[in-house]
Amino acid sequence: MMRYRKEKWQSFLLVLPSILAIAVFVYGFIAWTMRVSTSAWKGLLPDYTWVGLKNYIDLFSDQRFMVDIRNTLIFTVVFMVGCLVVGFFNAYLLDQGLRGENFFRSLFLFPMAISYIVTGVVWRWLMNPALGSRLSGLNLLFDKLGLDFLINKWHTTPGWGIAFIAIPAIWQMSGYTMALYLAGLRAIPDELREAARVDGASEIQIYRHIIFPLLRPVTLSAMVILGHMSLKVFDLILAVAGKQLSLDVPAIYMWQTTFDGYFFGRGGAISILLLLSVAVLIIPYLIYTLKSEPEI
Amino acid sequence: MKSKKLAMSVLALLVVFSILLTACGQAAPAPATEAPAAPQTEAPAATEAPAAKKQVEVFSWWTGGGEAAGLDAMIVVFNKKYPDIEFINAAVAGGAGTNARSVLATRLQAGDPPDSWQGHAGQELIGTYVKANQLEPLNFLFEQEGWLKVMPETLIPLISANGNIYSVPVNIHRANVLWYNPAILEANKIAVPTTIDEWFKAMDALKAAGVETPLALGEQWTVMHLFETVLLGTLGPEKYNALWDGTLAWNDAEVTKALDNFKKILEYTNSDAASLTWQDAAQLVVNGDAAFNVMGDWAEGYFKELKKAPRTEFGWAPVPGTAGTFQFLSDSFVLPVGAKNRDAAIAWLTVCGSKEGQDAFNPVKGSIPARSDADKTLYDEYLQSAMDDWAKDIVVGSLTHGVVANDSWKTEINDALGIFLTDKDTAKFQAALQTACESSGPCSK
Repeated sequence: MMRYRKEKWQSFLLVLPSILAIAVFVYGFIAWTMRVSTSAWKGLLPDYTWVGLKNYIDLFSDQRFMVDIRNTLIFTVVFMVGCLVVGFFNAYLLDQGLRGENFFRSLFLFPMAISYIVTGVVWRWLMNPALGSRLSGLNLLFDKLGLDFLINKWHTTPGWGIAFIAIPAIWQMSGYTMALYLAGLRAIPDELREAARVDGASEIQIYRHIIFPLLRPVTLSAMVILGHMSLKVFDLILAVAGKQLSLDVPAIYMWQTTFDGYFFGRGGAISILLLLSVAVLIIPYLIYTLKSEPEI
Repeated sequence: MKSKKLAMSVLALLVVFSILLTACGQAAPAPATEAPAAPQTEAPAATEAPAAKKQVEVFSWWTGGGEAAGLDAMIVVFNKKYPDIEFINAAVAGGAGTNARSVLATRLQAGDPPDSWQGHAGQELIGTYVKANQLEPLNFLFEQEGWLKVMPETLIPLISANGNIYSVPVNIHRANVLWYNPAILEANKIAVPTTIDEWFKAMDALKAAGVETPLALGEQWTVMHLFETVLLGTLGPEKYNALWDGTLAWNDAEVTKALDNFKKILEYTNSDAASLTWQDAAQLVVNGDAAFNVMGDWAEGYFKELKKAPRTEFGWAPVPGTAGTFQFLSDSFVLPVGAKNRDAAIAWLTVCGSKEGQDAFNPVKGSIPARSDADKTLYDEYLQSAMDDWAKDIVVGSLTHGVVANDSWKTEINDALGIFLTDKDTAKFQAALQTACESSGPCSK
């Protein structure tokens, strides 16, 4: 009994520094940001005059923020669907027991190891939107291959540029989704497929009625992970397109308005809204996984 | 179970250490700049320098290229004049001062200002630091050094607030410069346009002659740069100034005309503007892909870097409609309230405003001195022409580069401009500009 208690104290002491660090640097600053978001702080020096939810309400009549919401939604949908489809397709191919599976698995996973900034810079070159005599990047490739109909303005396409920003993001994260799906596919016992085949199910039916339902938890995890990444996207857009309003997202708006324009109150409000949007996604998922995980 | 707990504890420790490590990593450069401040209070025996040597810590974002070389040249002048003061160069690298300014903001909030820092002359300094009571007026220094006599009369109000001058301009850049490709204009028999209407005609002719991009444009800040010059070209200097001091409303009919001009000008630009930096856009002109580009005169330094010859491979003129006006921007240095080494800071500012200091800095940086009595032989052909204009033109300030609007107002204009670029709705743009002026500028509701 004594031994057990002592051990408990030891482990608590070991964890204590990280608890303190997280309490201060994560939760402390969240609380402070909330306070700032309800203040009239605009300018170099802090001004904690209470203004209630004014900063939040103003945001919803702020045209730039409306652009941000629209862009975030488009980006999230394209990015998530793209990653899930490409990721599943690659996992399906790898699951067919082809030779050199290890090689291909690493090949598809590697982009994930690259930082968004590097991906962004490379894709900035690839997605060069110059037309006419200055064709470059992928457009030039299309031109040389005679695929002229594919030449486009990429992220400078009016209205829908943000959807093209999702391409590098899909390139980067679909390998990760593939790994998730591959693990999911491997966890499905062969007996189930065989039983279905014995019952006369076609391959399509097997996927539709057996594999997909069994992969649902994997899809859910993937969606939560991809979803919170897309809500926070920042560096990728900056690297591909710089600061321009047509490709704006909340994180960039927050950064510009706070540190270029000194609108600290507004910046705080955007940060809190970002946090809430991510929390809406993550918290139900955390509760779900905590409940379904057996106690240690 | 036990091993799992142990693993968890080790993991937790690792996390904490990594946090601490990153924290240290970020904090590390700070002591390097601050450490030299120590000898002032207690002279350590270890240093070889004579005890109680005076110091001045100067903060800037001049860390590379001609700017850093120019600063070094000015430091040489400073060291010669004030050998007993040690110069501490606290430059912070990164993106046109964005990083430096947040470091500065943190230091000011902590009550630890550098002895002097760099800032764009005008409202960028005044709206941020003077408003927060961080700067001392410098009228005494301007009078004592006779700078009021050698700097243009129309410059002084632009760097002052309530009659007080708050910074010493070191260099001057011109914003309203139209760069053109002489070969393209000649081939199409087009004279350099001097009014906005002539400019339209010239660009129509070029388009008809098959020039894909009459006017090269880059990312959003270069659009704002174009916008301010068109505003100036349409309104003229007096009304342009009136917009910024609140005496002319933004919903005035004259502004509508300027916005219509601006909208029309955008039709002559390249479709991939948003993906180009200012260098990319300027390069289109010297490469023969575009006829015109509106950019500040740092473009000249870039053309020289590309080994292009002035007059034959690139030409320059004031932006149509702005002849006789010099739309300026300037890097300047300030005196903070509560400077640790006030006397040394004043010594630095004296060098900044001196003929010797400015002639050391500017030829290297590729800008002109704020003083009109500088030694012209040190400067190249373009800069000499800019110096002539600086001495005789009416001086107005740039928006994009921090002279006429404070940072908050500027970002609001930038947001309105960004929306305008997506929907091209001038009426909405004009209303948003008026709102911006009311919320962060001098306009009253």
